[in-house]
Amino acid sequence: MTAASDFRALEAANRRESAVLVAAMIAILAALGFGLDVWAGSIRIADGSLSGFPLLTIFALIFGAVQAVISFYGGAGLVLLSVHARPPTPDTIQHQRVLDTINEMAIAARMPPPRAYLMDDPAPNAFATGRDPAHSVICVTQGLVDTMDREELQGVIGHEMSHIRDYDIRTMMMVAVMVGGIAMLSDFFFRMMFYSGGGGRRSRNDKNDGGGAIFVVYLATLILAVVAPFFARLVAMAISRQREYLADASSVEFTRNPHALLRALEQIAKSESPLKAATSGTGHLFIVNPREGLREDRERFFDNLLSTHPPLTKRIERLRAMLGAPGQATAVAHS
Amino acid sequence: MGYIVLLIVAAIVVCAIAAYNSLVRLRNEIDGSWRQIDVQLKRRHDLIPNLVEAVKGYMQYERDTLNQVVEARAKAVNASDQGTRIAAENQLSAGIGRLLAVMENYPQLKADENVLRLQEELTTTENQIAFARQAYNDVVLSLNTRIQTFPSNLIAGNFGFHAAEYFKAAPEDQAVPKVDLAMGAPRVQ
Repeated sequence: MTAASDFRALEAANRRESAVLVAAMIAILAALGFGLDVWAGSIRIADGSLSGFPLLTIFALIFGAVQAVISFYGGAGLVLLSVHARPPTPDTIQHQRVLDTINEMAIAARMPPPRAYLMDDPAPNAFATGRDPAHSVICVTQGLVDTMDREELQGVIGHEMSHIRDYDIRTMMMVAVMVGGIAMLSDFFFRMMFYSGGGGRRSRNDKNDGGGAIFVVYLATLILAVVAPFFARLVAMAISRQREYLADASSVEFTRNPHALLRALEQIAKSESPLKAATSGTGHLFIVNPREGLREDRERFFDNLLSTHPPLTKRIERLRAMLGAPGQATAVAHS
Repeated sequence: MGYIVLLIVAAIVVCAIAAYNSLVRLRNEIDGSWRQIDVQLKRRHDLIPNLVEAVKGYMQYERDTLNQVVEARAKAVNASDQGTRIAAENQLSAGIGRLLAVMENYPQLKADENVLRLQEELTTTENQIAFARQAYNDVVLSLNTRIQTFPSNLIAGNFGFHAAEYFKAAPEDQAVPKVDLAMGAPRVQ
């Protein structure tokens, strides 16, 4: 019962977080758009009142809205496209085993089975994406299929299933969009400021005073443009790291077998081939972030702050602790 | 004063409705979980004759194991009440576990695509039964806890909600809850 209410609370928290992230993105985009408007002279500040048509603000908002809608409905497809995923071929027993394992874990999680996809990459890894459990996808690499036995596969897929059940997939998709959108607009703002340089002087020539207010707006927008992408990233990373521990724990709840995921993570830690298809936009989706790699020495504070996943060694440590915990024995006894 | 009484009554009614609804939801979830198990058990009944037919030729010396599986299946299919059926299904699970384990001793089977396919299908069916049973028992635990704890026990008592039965596994199943023989680890008997 506690497990069930726990995940309902998580799901609610994730729905809330997704909405807050989108709202935050809209606010930041509007602020950046407004700064651009003032810079370009389409908005004039005189005697503490505003005049003119906020064309660029509206443009920024439309840009954000379109991006949010596209990513909400098409994000999963875009991610799959960008990593060159394809449907598995069930006529090989190896791929049939992946499809079967996904069905098994869907039953354990009491969820509809997600669609399966495959990446032709020798590095063992996996990710889940989609907007809700009914529109979800689990993608595994050929390397994962080759190196993992059934039990390990169950552990990895259980981890992904938990991301789907708790709506982490939606939050992470929105995070990717938000970080990307803000970074793009900030970049655009800098280009406007440093390379065009035309608009601002024109508005200053109007000379209806308001120069101080304009300066404040510039400064605020400039700071926002510098800081927003960085903070967006920081918040996203902090959310993500916590979710990974939770998904590891839920995987054990589904399989009732801490060994399954433990051995899988140890296998991934041992593997040496890096995943090629992952970019900075998709790296955080995987069970082990291929961009952060398998660095063992990630103990420094700043490195941890900017990583989407906790260090693999820490995750393995926590799973080991579960093996020794007496609480686990009672969970098994119920089945 | 009258308002306060009214508010308290309204709060109690709202709580009662919420408790009733969650009891109904859990009872329906139990039915759904049971159907899930049932589907898998039927799938297993359909698979066994095919697998036995496919391996019979290779496994001349395993007549006993094969016969046990076939007999347990027949008993499960023909069971008239729930109790005998669960007992027969548990016996069948044990038999299939043994069969899949001894199949590991016949390397020729690994070369037979048809056998491998049936083996994969049977393995996943076994796993799905185990996970469905686990899910079923989790929901039963939730319902029974609700029925026994205050305040939902009052609602449960008045509206005829009864504690549900756990799907108990055979003793050897409890020692090793997951059947996973395709990976080559023989089951402890």
